[in-house]
Amino acid sequence: MAFSDEQRAALAADAGEIIGRYPKSRSALLPLLHLVQSEEGYVSADGIEFCAGQLGLTEAEVTAVVSFYTMYKRRPVGDYHVGVCTNALCAVMGGDAIFAGLQQHLGVGNDEATADGKVSLEHLECNAACDYAPVMMVNWEFFDDMTPRSARELVDGLRAGAPVAPTRGAPRLCTWREASRILAGFPDDQATLGHTAGHATLAGLRIAKEHGWEPPPAAGSGPAARPGGTHPGGTEGGQH
Amino acid sequence: MTSVLTPELTARWDEPDSFTRAAYRRDGGYRALPKALAMDPDQLIAMTKDSGLRGRGGAGFPTGLKWGFIPQGDGKPHYLVVNADESEPGACKDMPTMLANPHALIEGIAIACYAIRADKAFIYVRGEVLHVVRRLHHAVDEAYAAGYLGSNILGSGFDLDLVVHAGAGAYICGEETALLDSLEGYRGQPRLKPPFPAVEGLYSCPTVVNNVESIASIPYIINNGAADFAAFGTEKSKGFGIFSLSGHVTTPGQYEAPLGTTLRELLDLSGGIRAGHRLKFWTPGGSSTPLFTEEHLDVPLDYESVAAAGSMLGTRSLQIFDETTCVVRVVLRWIQFYEHESCGKCTPCREGSYWVVQLLDQLERGEGSEADLDKLLDICQNITGRSFCALGDSIESPVKSSIRYFKDEYLEHQRNGGCPFDPVASTLFAGEPA
Repeated sequence: MAFSDEQRAALAADAGEIIGRYPKSRSALLPLLHLVQSEEGYVSADGIEFCAGQLGLTEAEVTAVVSFYTMYKRRPVGDYHVGVCTNALCAVMGGDAIFAGLQQHLGVGNDEATADGKVSLEHLECNAACDYAPVMMVNWEFFDDMTPRSARELVDGLRAGAPVAPTRGAPRLCTWREASRILAGFPDDQATLGHTAGHATLAGLRIAKEHGWEPPPAAGSGPAARPGGTHPGGTEGGQH
Repeated sequence: MTSVLTPELTARWDEPDSFTRAAYRRDGGYRALPKALAMDPDQLIAMTKDSGLRGRGGAGFPTGLKWGFIPQGDGKPHYLVVNADESEPGACKDMPTMLANPHALIEGIAIACYAIRADKAFIYVRGEVLHVVRRLHHAVDEAYAAGYLGSNILGSGFDLDLVVHAGAGAYICGEETALLDSLEGYRGQPRLKPPFPAVEGLYSCPTVVNNVESIASIPYIINNGAADFAAFGTEKSKGFGIFSLSGHVTTPGQYEAPLGTTLRELLDLSGGIRAGHRLKFWTPGGSSTPLFTEEHLDVPLDYESVAAAGSMLGTRSLQIFDETTCVVRVVLRWIQFYEHESCGKCTPCREGSYWVVQLLDQLERGEGSEADLDKLLDICQNITGRSFCALGDSIESPVKSSIRYFKDEYLEHQRNGGCPFDPVASTLFAGEPA
């Protein structure tokens, strides 16, 4: 579908802001593609034409970039794009079984959406959460320590419109379009909400504390004091 | 007792508001920046060199030396680009760092930019981590509001603009020159080196590309001194770093420790291999580093010792596999990853990865032969050193090392007419109803 005049005006205003971040305008192409994806749910021919127009590029030049990056979709995905990591470690830990189970449960293949358009499924490469394997992502939020059962319950919840929250992420799960807008550099208001660290993130710190291997309070407030020495004060309103 | 673990970067991650400027300040943050701004930039570069800090993104190049390569007084803009594209299978330290303490990174960026005389910096973060992206934007906004970024930072006359830039899904963009092409709005393909980014990087201007953890370590060094940092670690691998333990272990997670720590020490502390199982093979630094086995449990995890034992420290991504795991399946999956992520620019990597996958796939299905193993090694040998960047070289690591340690397991697939392993046994939920 072609953009309406209103859409085009709004996109152009956002595009101007994005382009302004960079010393050279072409650097804005990746965020601009996230932006048009947030408008239509995927990167359409109109989206490509829009980006090309904003940056003075040809549509072929833009298309060459789109086709290189897996996060840009050339056809609509679901409101909730569900990824299952099937790189080696997650696959072995259960990712393969989870992905196979979801394909069967949803009746879709890789990179396909359910008929109601709610959920699409894709197998992912490593998403930098190996300490929480097997890992799934929904609209690029972390769902950690998954099992075939928890994966089925997750997608059922998404299809039913039930509230679903990531294991480490914002409490309100964004739609695919909303997520794309954040990636374009227009974050929502959830940065201060949600999780800071999960169990695995804190595993080493917890063990260190059990052994009393803690850094001096307010590290950084004075000259070298460790190992084993005292650390001259200087906390700013906090005791730990 | 000597501390096996040394939480510094990770020390405050258990505080619920650790990602905020207020918490970072409360815990002693943003004290290094005014100190640094009162110093001569060259002094900061020297201090970073003296600390012995080596790039935490895998290659281990001395950070201070990299900064020192930036030509000064050349009249060109200089740039700092933080490589936050963490995508190496097994690597999972930078994402939790930015989720829990983005301000340590931002303070490090401000100091690094002052040292290399850059007034514009970028954080190139992989796109597939929405909450990390939110946290980065939030932290950058907070830093601007407090005058740690922007014009005339803390009254020093130093200006810095910092942009958070989300990638779009391409492992190759973790390679620094591919990252620069991507940041310039192109397909992420590596560039010919030289010229190195320090001379011609972003927009053909002098550019430092540093890993998240490298830059986040800078405030500690400024606060505590180069000698303090260098007192940790081993002779040539100084300081502490985050070790990421994943796979068939009792307690996977992030463990910050001096370089030179061993896997045995980390396992002893964290409950070892999952109950009832034993270690079979592991990676010291992610999928691009040759496999280790039980015999390497006591190898000090520093650059030199790991190299001497036949692998690479890489990103300290300790992926642990127990005896239920089929090594052929694991290696096939990693090479399928490299095949998928090969940018296609050079023939050895693009074609080589394809053929290695074909052979491994045959072998896994039990349709291969011993001669295929020689063919695999021959193809790998023709990729390594002949490809454009390190992605191609990575293909050989798991293939060659797995054949070295588990040749008979490859052949067992042929004798068995297929994989002899039960994939259910290696899952996290083995024994539980599906």
